[in-house]
Amino acid sequence: MRVMITGIVSPIARLVAETLAGEGHEVIGVDRRGWEGAPAGVEMHAADIRKRAAEELFRKRRPDAVIHMATVTHLVAATEERYRINLGGTRAVFQHANEYGVEHVIFVGRHTYYGAGADQALYHHEDDPPMAVSTFPELADLVAADLYACQSLWRFPKLATTVLRLVYSLGPTGHGTLSSFLKGRYVPTVLGFDPLFQFMHELDVADAICATLHQRIRGVYNVAGPQPLPLSVIVRETGRRNLPLPEVAFQLMRGRFGLPRLPPGAVQHIKHPVVVDDAVFRKATGWRNKADEVRCLADFVRAFPPPV
Amino acid sequence: MRLPIDPSIRARVDRIEIPWNPHGIDPYGVSKAHLARMYAMLGWLYRRYFRVDTFGAEHVPLTGRAMLIGNHSGGVAIDGAMLITSAFMALERPRLAQGMVEKFMGRMPFSSLWQSRTGQFTGLPETAERLLNDDRLLMVFPEGARGTAKLYWERHSLVEFGTGFMRLAMKTHTPIVPVAILGGGEALPTVANSYALGALVGAPYVPVPAYLVPVPLPAKMEVHYGAPMEFAGTGHEDDDVINANVEQVKRAIATMLRGRLRELGREPAEGLS
Repeated sequence: MRVMITGIVSPIARLVAETLAGEGHEVIGVDRRGWEGAPAGVEMHAADIRKRAAEELFRKRRPDAVIHMATVTHLVAATEERYRINLGGTRAVFQHANEYGVEHVIFVGRHTYYGAGADQALYHHEDDPPMAVSTFPELADLVAADLYACQSLWRFPKLATTVLRLVYSLGPTGHGTLSSFLKGRYVPTVLGFDPLFQFMHELDVADAICATLHQRIRGVYNVAGPQPLPLSVIVRETGRRNLPLPEVAFQLMRGRFGLPRLPPGAVQHIKHPVVVDDAVFRKATGWRNKADEVRCLADFVRAFPPPV
Repeated sequence: MRLPIDPSIRARVDRIEIPWNPHGIDPYGVSKAHLARMYAMLGWLYRRYFRVDTFGAEHVPLTGRAMLIGNHSGGVAIDGAMLITSAFMALERPRLAQGMVEKFMGRMPFSSLWQSRTGQFTGLPETAERLLNDDRLLMVFPEGARGTAKLYWERHSLVEFGTGFMRLAMKTHTPIVPVAILGGGEALPTVANSYALGALVGAPYVPVPAYLVPVPLPAKMEVHYGAPMEFAGTGHEDDDVINANVEQVKRAIATMLRGRLRELGREPAEGLS
């Protein structure tokens, strides 16, 4: 199978690419950044998915499937540029895919779509509304990209579309929202709150995306790994120090004094849980996570021991 | 500083049937360590402060899904806390009663943390259904905040019951155990509710007792479990059917309250039919 991966340079996309190349698939990587030392079987193209060069790739190389991972999640990145990439890029991927005979597109989204709040259910199902637009307004473009991808389920009926909403990843690359939050010696939390955090091992993320490709499932799926853990337990088990701050102090101190940079809306997600039910995905694919929560945390700590 | 916890409390926590992970956390975030601390504190209130007597504990199923449906009184949900403790202390095998809590509680610091770690979740139908499908013991006060808002002289009355619990019980084939709780109104004898003060602290109201500070008095409390009731159906029935079933549960609770008040030589409230 010829598989195009957008945003291939991100650590998790690389894992997907390596797995697929290892299985003998032809992998076409698209990214504005380069990938030095890309493995054999991965054909790299330095291109912006919104530009003509990317369309040319669709036209000439005719991929069978596209895994769209070129979304920007750095919430502190300039908003306008992020909107252009996340929304314009997603639109370009689906339009080209439909036009140039792609059979399957996988949109890799995030579980934070559902938003966190005191009145949110534990264990969201796929049909729950995207409350993140109100609880965490800075996520609006990612929510919109997810909904745009969902549209193609009826707009492009010949195209098999899969929208995955993955929980946080954790593991040796230290890539992702939760990993970045945990990297420092002190992890700021909101005093009097201790939400559940749901995460899965990076290798399991790649494995679940590959399973989606192989099974060619259509529809929207939550994807999770082991059972969630309270933030305080994650902080303790990764050898970090919990720094509980009253909410006002948390807002004043985020991004300062060596604490993680977070947008103002993030506070809801440090106070309340976003937990998803992934039973539908597991049933549709037969996929099982290989790493439990203990291994996820251990692998992260081995790569990122607590700073002294 | 950690308070010492009675080993017998720890031993009972160990007997609660919940799937713990290696960290002592269940899939909902309930923590064994937090449960032990909660029961140590509530256990003291249950035994020493409110001197709670439990009757009919044999009616609560020791395994499988079930719903405890109780009456509220007394400003804050002391009755709920004592029912949770009763299900832990008085049953042959302790069970974690998981309450459906008012939304505002989850927005408050510390309340949010303790609720999350002890399985007392915001009252949402999705969460309730999931807990029942996982064979948990759900605790619901269908009078909601209207129930705790009863004034002292209304303490033995029952106000309107919500109907969501009945649809859920029918949909998930869950037996309902009616529960009558006495003494909540005596513990916190509310003479007025301050809605203005409530708005200030983010609660529906703040109960004001005659002695002004809303701290419960050491009144004697009683928990009476009734025989389990089962209602066949799908939960999608017309309101008339649901309301009639709810009325049966309400009547079962009223009968227990009325009977016990007569035994104690007290006149039941009007409308407690």
